[in-house]
Amino acid sequence: MSSQPPLQSSPSQQSNSPFVCPLVEVRQLGVSFDNRVVLQGITLEVRRGETLAIIGESGCGKTVLLKSLIGLIQGQAGTVHFDGVDLCQTTSAELAHLRSRTGFVFQGAALFDSLTVAENIGFPIRQSNSQITSDTVLCDEDIMSLVTESLREVGLADNVCQRYPMEISGGMRKRVAIARANILKPDLMLYDEPTAGLDPIASDVINELIMRSRLQHTVTSIIVTHDMKTARKVADRVIMVHPVDRLTGDDAQIIFDGPPSVLDRHADQRITQFIHGEAGQRVIELSDG
Amino acid sequence: MNSVDTTVNPATPPHALRSQGLLRNVTDACTNFVCQLGDLTLFTVQILKWFFRHKMRPGTLVNACFQIGVLSLPVIALTGLFIGMVLAVQSHFQFSQIGMANHMGAVINMTLVRELGPVLAATMLAGRVGSAMAAELGTMRVTEQIDALESMGINPIHHLVVPRVVAALLLIPTLTIMADFMGIFGGFAYSYLALDVDPHLYFQHSRDFVGGWDLLTGLIKSLFFGCTIAIVSCYHGFHCQVGAKGVGRAATAAFVISFVLILGIDLLLGMGLDRLFLPMQSGGNALL
Repeated sequence: MSSQPPLQSSPSQQSNSPFVCPLVEVRQLGVSFDNRVVLQGITLEVRRGETLAIIGESGCGKTVLLKSLIGLIQGQAGTVHFDGVDLCQTTSAELAHLRSRTGFVFQGAALFDSLTVAENIGFPIRQSNSQITSDTVLCDEDIMSLVTESLREVGLADNVCQRYPMEISGGMRKRVAIARANILKPDLMLYDEPTAGLDPIASDVINELIMRSRLQHTVTSIIVTHDMKTARKVADRVIMVHPVDRLTGDDAQIIFDGPPSVLDRHADQRITQFIHGEAGQRVIELSDG
Repeated sequence: MNSVDTTVNPATPPHALRSQGLLRNVTDACTNFVCQLGDLTLFTVQILKWFFRHKMRPGTLVNACFQIGVLSLPVIALTGLFIGMVLAVQSHFQFSQIGMANHMGAVINMTLVRELGPVLAATMLAGRVGSAMAAELGTMRVTEQIDALESMGINPIHHLVVPRVVAALLLIPTLTIMADFMGIFGGFAYSYLALDVDPHLYFQHSRDFVGGWDLLTGLIKSLFFGCTIAIVSCYHGFHCQVGAKGVGRAATAAFVISFVLILGIDLLLGMGLDRLFLPMQSGGNALL
């Protein structure tokens, strides 16, 4: 655990000038797999320095949306702009460069099994050949000191460096994943269910780490989560995505977009049902299916 | 994919329904085969593109060489040794009946360097290395490790596939030479020690019939086999379906398809290289 005191409130320090283009801009995004529509007409802007939580029930396309934001999944319709660059129109080299400005924390941590914790964390530096300091190739000692510093930032001791991902707990793996994603000080951090499968204390540690990374450098964060506590604690803004097959009429797929404080006061039954975790009519739907 | 109309007319008789179902299955299988062939071709083009355009990291190549070459050496050596001995047993049974037991060295060594050495080495590698490659890459796909590479701006084909293909291309001919050597040694050792064949005549007849072209034929084949095993295995691992079942299927498909392709390529190259060799021999080429 880190010795730093926990942060009590969601910081929203970044002043967002209306003249600065949003870091991420999605227009009418549509994604489908084998004729099954997952995302439909998604339009979204994420301002620089903002922390956005994407909530919604399982299978509604939150992870697909998150992966679409850096081109890991290509949409069949619409556009995704990252820092003003259209991901569909860019070359593979430009796309790789844009991706190197992002950090992605995957749901299962996605650490490389064959590498030790230290090698995992140092991997982006070795690959990007020193984007940390200006055009300087970092030697092994420099990389190791950065790795150790990153480990300390996520509250892990140096003695986990030589252990393999399979030898550490799920919570520690998530922290290592955060350290790896954060080591290049990216402009955009993407978290895919960072607290899934963790106990409440470990979940709160992850929430604190997400908030702390914002304090250490200017970063825009997008967090996909089911955990309302996480959404309320770390996010400046929450959007709720509804499954396409449950939409009626011309409803937009994003059924809520606003600050977390407004969530509880919202009148839409779909939103209140989700944030209070009520099955409602869904049990009957399951038995029918 | 659904190119055939699946709507069913209630008045359609059962035998017609069965025919429609069979036709749909055949059409789907053909479409699937063509799609996979196209995907595999594009995958190969990507490998070539990344191989020629970007420098490989030495660390990844050394690791792949170790996995493919060094760790496969014992199993290849053992297989070669036993195949040589089995050939000696079978050849002796036939040749001794017509009083030509001393000629069996030619048959054993010719069979080994032209056919069994390369094919068995490749088959063993398809089982040991190909399945492992498919399972490893498949697990990386399922656990989002390949996505993680892409999210860091690293091309996974360049990082994961190219070193494996290059390592297979470099090391499978070397392993084939090892299999050939061990087979020749095993065949000779068994013939001399157990069957009491004259060692001088054994190698004298071998020299009369087995030449450099035969060895080269085997090595050319092994290059194609290595390339096939690596590309097919990486392709199946890379396009693995989700879950443990998906990884298992990828590993199985990698071996089965590699094995079938090895046999097919062996036949084609056997015919092609012989056609190339015969004019060279008649033209007095000194390959032999």
